[in-house]
Amino acid sequence: MRKKILSVILAASMIAACLTGCGGAAATTGTADASAGSGAGLFPAVPKDQIKVGVIHITDPAEGSGYTYTHDLGIQGMQKNLGLADNQIIRKNNTDDGDPTAIENAILECIEEGCQIIFATSYGYMDTCEKVATEYPDVIISHGTGYKSNGKNFNNYFGRIYQARYLSGIAAGLKTESNKIGYVSAFGKTLSETGGGIDAFAMGVESVNPDATVYVKVTNSWYDPEGEAQAAQALISDGCDVIAQHCDTPNPQLAAEEAGVYGVGYNSDMSKDAPKAVLCSVMWDWSAYYTWAVEQVINGTWTGENYYGGMKEGLVTLSDLADFNDPEAAAKIEEARKKMLDGSFNVFDGEIETNDGQIVGTKGGTLDDATIQGGIDWYYKNVVEK
Amino acid sequence: MSEKNTTHKEPFLRVSKRKELTPRQSFGLKMISLLLALIAGGIFLAVLGYNPFVIYGTIITGAFRSTLAVQGTVKIMIPLFISALGVTLAYKMQFWNIGAEGQIIMGAIFASYFGLFHDNWPRPLLLLVMFIAAMIGGGLWAILPAIFKNKWNTNETLFTLMLNYIALHIIAFLRDGPWRDPANPGFAKIATFTENATLPKLFGVHIGWVIALILFVLVYIYLKYTKHGYEITVIGGSKATANYAGMNVKKIVLRTIFLSGAICGIAGFSNAAGSDLTLATGVAGGVGFTAIIVAWLADLNPVGILIVSFLFAILDKGSSVIQSAYGLSTDCSDVLEGIILFFVIAGGFFVRYKFVMRKKKSPEATSEAPDMKGGEAA
Repeated sequence: MRKKILSVILAASMIAACLTGCGGAAATTGTADASAGSGAGLFPAVPKDQIKVGVIHITDPAEGSGYTYTHDLGIQGMQKNLGLADNQIIRKNNTDDGDPTAIENAILECIEEGCQIIFATSYGYMDTCEKVATEYPDVIISHGTGYKSNGKNFNNYFGRIYQARYLSGIAAGLKTESNKIGYVSAFGKTLSETGGGIDAFAMGVESVNPDATVYVKVTNSWYDPEGEAQAAQALISDGCDVIAQHCDTPNPQLAAEEAGVYGVGYNSDMSKDAPKAVLCSVMWDWSAYYTWAVEQVINGTWTGENYYGGMKEGLVTLSDLADFNDPEAAAKIEEARKKMLDGSFNVFDGEIETNDGQIVGTKGGTLDDATIQGGIDWYYKNVVEK
Repeated sequence: MSEKNTTHKEPFLRVSKRKELTPRQSFGLKMISLLLALIAGGIFLAVLGYNPFVIYGTIITGAFRSTLAVQGTVKIMIPLFISALGVTLAYKMQFWNIGAEGQIIMGAIFASYFGLFHDNWPRPLLLLVMFIAAMIGGGLWAILPAIFKNKWNTNETLFTLMLNYIALHIIAFLRDGPWRDPANPGFAKIATFTENATLPKLFGVHIGWVIALILFVLVYIYLKYTKHGYEITVIGGSKATANYAGMNVKKIVLRTIFLSGAICGIAGFSNAAGSDLTLATGVAGGVGFTAIIVAWLADLNPVGILIVSFLFAILDKGSSVIQSAYGLSTDCSDVLEGIILFFVIAGGFFVRYKFVMRKKKSPEATSEAPDMKGGEAA
């Protein structure tokens, strides 16, 4: 027994000695700084035929619909826009967001391949991206849909998807007959991204149909095929006749089609999945950002700023309207779209009434981007969370 | 008619234990199976339209193409090596611990408690406490089935297997509930450790590899030169003999299983504090199962485990590189890894057993049958 304790103590003390011995060496790796930019960019320009772009995907683009597919369409679009060869794109697919070591390995492998910029497309990669970015200050890591950045080689990209949600609300508000509209959401008002999306949608609904109510069901997961379908079915059986969604799979739309009601898709054009139900889809065109970002790296004009694009930049779009939309929909949507593009309407304008009787915003003002991205913790007046 | 019925008692093909092979024969058999593995994998690749030689070349070069790649390979090897050493202690005693996965996870959970809630302690002290906590966590998770086996003779294979899933769900529970990071409203995860609770790096890889090498030496000495190691070997050979020699078998089993789990727990600590820098559901990520294969392929020999886990790490890292380099889907590289494993394990099987065809009209062949039982006495 004594021998065993002795051996454990021995092992422990050896480790302790090693920890104190090499603590200093480890600290130096993160300090090298890439601030030697010549005015415009933080990094030197890279000839176009030498640039390599890494992409970390949470699933496989071969799925053909939904989140990863949409991001990869953006990568393919960027490749085409810039005329890059296939071997200049390094993809790491099926990278589990619950396994930080797998995420780190995937990013490091892109660095091994010589990538100057790596796009990490899933929220759950954020903390690992932050860590690797400090260890490799010469490589740009661009993380999508999160909120962290370091202003140099680790930035965040996201967009004003709420603009397209507002427009889709117009289509839904005009189409509903029961005046009950369902909304399947990964999270509720606890997260600004989802809460703001619901509010924008509800405002779009209200602009054409003040009598309609938006019923929200939260699944607590970005990707839950079964839960998303069940949430949609529950909303439909409560009398909702249009189902909008903020989650990864097309299952809410499939449920709507099965029940003979309508829906609003998300991410990719979901009329492909449920052609008889989908009025329109709220879509990302990530190629707008990917092209812009890679161009900055090629030109040596990368500044490390965060990217927050919208409809004006072409990052956010609404799909073509299905022909079974209300006849007024196209014109009303076009009208609102024009106002968004010329800046006379920003969705979260003026005083906004919440569903618990509060007033948010100020007369003549509009919510700033920081609030939109991180501070919307309320529901618009016509929203009910189920 | 009646004559036919009696002779058909013996199956057409049956498995029989081999006589001990010389090390050279055994090595030759393993090389043949490796060759067959490469051929079968090559056919698979050729069918997909890739040149197998190029792909195999890339697996090797991919694991060594740069300092970064070598570091990546070593990083894959660390938890595999440590937990293979851990399960070896149990297997030497013929205790079928397939719960390494769960023991890794419990080690990581115990260590993470201090990493998350006592990160204001001085770094060496904190890491030492985390290290010891991991040993206790892994050890307790392993000793549980051993206690049940001692008391009620429960089946430890099933018991340790089921504990894996319980451990995994405990992480999910902590992640979604009490330990959830409030700074991440849109994603359930446990907070990242502050620097105090992370393992420093040496030569670009977290010092889990140093811990692994120290463990390697300790386990080697423990098994080969200590009284405990001898006791383990005796019990592994026959419990009756051990009892007859006056050993307290139950106590030795508990002690050894605790150590086995404790070492796996260290793998969990090294993964959480060295590489994940948080407690995540992927902390074991199947390593606990692969470690079992590694241990058996190495004939439960620590030196062999060092070599085999290194080869596994090369295969793993190389397969990942071919995915990105050739656009091969991750499923394809998994299939390729699976094919290679299948043959290599089959090779290990044939070192110990052989197929015996039914001989025509030879009733005395049944006398070989008792051989089979020798392999499963526990």
